[in-house]
Amino acid sequence: MPDGSTLRSFVRIEGLKRHFDVSAPWLVRKLEGRSRQLVQAVDGIDIDIAKGETFSLVGESGCGKSTVARLVVGLYPPTAGRIEFDGQDMAGRRVRSESAALRRRLQMIFQDPYASLNPRWRVFDIIAEPIRAFGLATSKADLEKQVGDLLRQVRLTPADGRKFPHEFSGGQRQRISIARALASRPEFLVCDEPTSALDVSVQAQILNLMMDLQRRFGLTYLFISHNLAVVYHISTRVGVMYLGRLVEQAPTDTLFRRPKHPYTRMLLDTIPDLEMTGRQRTPVAGEVPSPLDPPSGCSFHPRCPFANDRCKAERPRSLPIEGGAVACHAIEEGRLAIEDRDYRPAP
Amino acid sequence: MTTVARSLSNKEPLLEVKNLRVEFPTRRGTLLAVDDVSFDIAPGEVLGVVGESGAGKSLTGNAIIGLLEPPGRIAGGEIRLEGRRIDNLPYEQMRKIRGARIGAIFQDPLTSLNPLYSVGRQLVETIQTHLPMSAADARKRAIDLLKEVGIPGAEHRIDHYPHQFSGGMRQRVVIALALCAGPRLIVADEPTTALDVSIQAQIIALLKRLCRDHGTAVMLVTHDMGVIAETADRVAVMYAGRIVEIGPVHNVIKHANHPYTRGLMGSIPSLGHRSERLIQIDGSMPRLTEIPRGCAFNPRCSERGRRCLVERPDLIPAGLGWAACWLHDVAGVGPAATKELADA
Repeated sequence: MPDGSTLRSFVRIEGLKRHFDVSAPWLVRKLEGRSRQLVQAVDGIDIDIAKGETFSLVGESGCGKSTVARLVVGLYPPTAGRIEFDGQDMAGRRVRSESAALRRRLQMIFQDPYASLNPRWRVFDIIAEPIRAFGLATSKADLEKQVGDLLRQVRLTPADGRKFPHEFSGGQRQRISIARALASRPEFLVCDEPTSALDVSVQAQILNLMMDLQRRFGLTYLFISHNLAVVYHISTRVGVMYLGRLVEQAPTDTLFRRPKHPYTRMLLDTIPDLEMTGRQRTPVAGEVPSPLDPPSGCSFHPRCPFANDRCKAERPRSLPIEGGAVACHAIEEGRLAIEDRDYRPAP
Repeated sequence: MTTVARSLSNKEPLLEVKNLRVEFPTRRGTLLAVDDVSFDIAPGEVLGVVGESGAGKSLTGNAIIGLLEPPGRIAGGEIRLEGRRIDNLPYEQMRKIRGARIGAIFQDPLTSLNPLYSVGRQLVETIQTHLPMSAADARKRAIDLLKEVGIPGAEHRIDHYPHQFSGGMRQRVVIALALCAGPRLIVADEPTTALDVSIQAQIIALLKRLCRDHGTAVMLVTHDMGVIAETADRVAVMYAGRIVEIGPVHNVIKHANHPYTRGLMGSIPSLGHRSERLIQIDGSMPRLTEIPRGCAFNPRCSERGRRCLVERPDLIPAGLGWAACWLHDVAGVGPAATKELADA
């Protein structure tokens, strides 16, 4: 990791892997002579996140970005690798009270604000649950005050606490999930596509709110999204995932102005952008291969215009470059030149 | 409403929608989901219809293809295809037009295909329903269509089932299905929303090419301004059941005339410039039960005047297009409005 030595990392992910067993049942396998099948959803990634920054993971569906989010908050145990949070190994054995103290400090915001709030609970109870669970309120009045403050922080009113989730619009519900995530006074928030179920004008409200809260409370975000324009606005650094691997990571401006990996370039080419109404998007041939049977060598080689025999055989290592890191033989060998990009509208 | 936002060319319009109203009777009264919507589409033209969820854009599309889900119903206005009224046709006649003259593409390619039939069987059935063809000829046409939408190995893939195709390939099959009988108009409702960005670009390029090659008109319903910017010739922006602005796509994006359109454009994150905050429109679109008096956008509008609170604007010429906003009423406050203002 290029930044590891200069930044003190707050969250450190090392060699993280998660494989899912999708084999047929044992008896079927024995009868039909089939072997076990593994999906390598996350196949060895390293990320360092500094305190107070927003690290974004982008990629197309099935690239494993949501699995990383779930691994980080501990919803899945990793197959291999370690996750360190503020110097402590998340997987390490410890007594119950210690692990609760650790969990209080990280929270998650989910994609679908319709599915992530219990429809039978009042908003007050939804937001009060983490406060009660971690014993953060001294009295009933204190609890009410805390929930009221949280609702105000996300631009709702304390009176909204008496309502049920169905009485709110999608954007308001996402504000409620943000209030719930903030209730345990966390330092690190994992946001899995928090705005992709929302309309654009509401998306802007939520993104602005998230940036305001970050400044106010010094929060650190791991932000998962498939929308590169959103990522460009909210992130400090960006990692690009393809088939369970991190193919490139860089500070936001570097990634967008001087993209290196051919896949990153392809993704940037496909963003529909209003500033470039005259421009034709270059449609890229091919689709993401099945993670059940990933290509050999560099997993992007079947779609890559710069692939050669080495790319087909040997998996590229992630090498530091220009404040970031990229895993590509063509860049490493200097076969592929790095060009500057300009997104200003054509005159 | 007297103004009909005309298409750019002077050609006879292929589709004319005039003062369309769609309503939903409910226990608590009738909800007007599409309110006095008028536009037309010329042959070979792509009209984009954008708006946030609940703006009435999909309902307008469904009204045109005659697939409004009950209890929704067309309560007024008319829809003409090639000069012929189609909104009051009996179900069986409309069924013949749908498919033959109007093709439909929906958002989710998995649910718009029958999982139990091979794609070939679905294509052949559709072709034979609308065109007098033998089974062998229909199969040949089906293979040609699959080739045209860019499915590699079409001769072999035709006997595969929908689950054997990826999302992008399925959407290509759905487009081939819509093209079966050589329709004059395609109503595409969020055709790229369920797809990844790299596949999105492929599908958009395909739609554009087909439109150019066949002279097919397209009504493209989407919430994604980026898709509209690259595909459409003109764009209609909908808000709370009405068209608030319609005009050439470049003008609407760069020089929007309605405050809502300006806010909408500003709230889309762009790679061109990076700012501390995105422009946001506070609040959200009103529910159909709570549409305010006057201009439906007035509670969220920063340029609201007194007239906006009492009188609802119709489309007024603005720039190269039309906008439903009193800011463009250069003639000033008319007698009707002054009277209302005095009453208020």
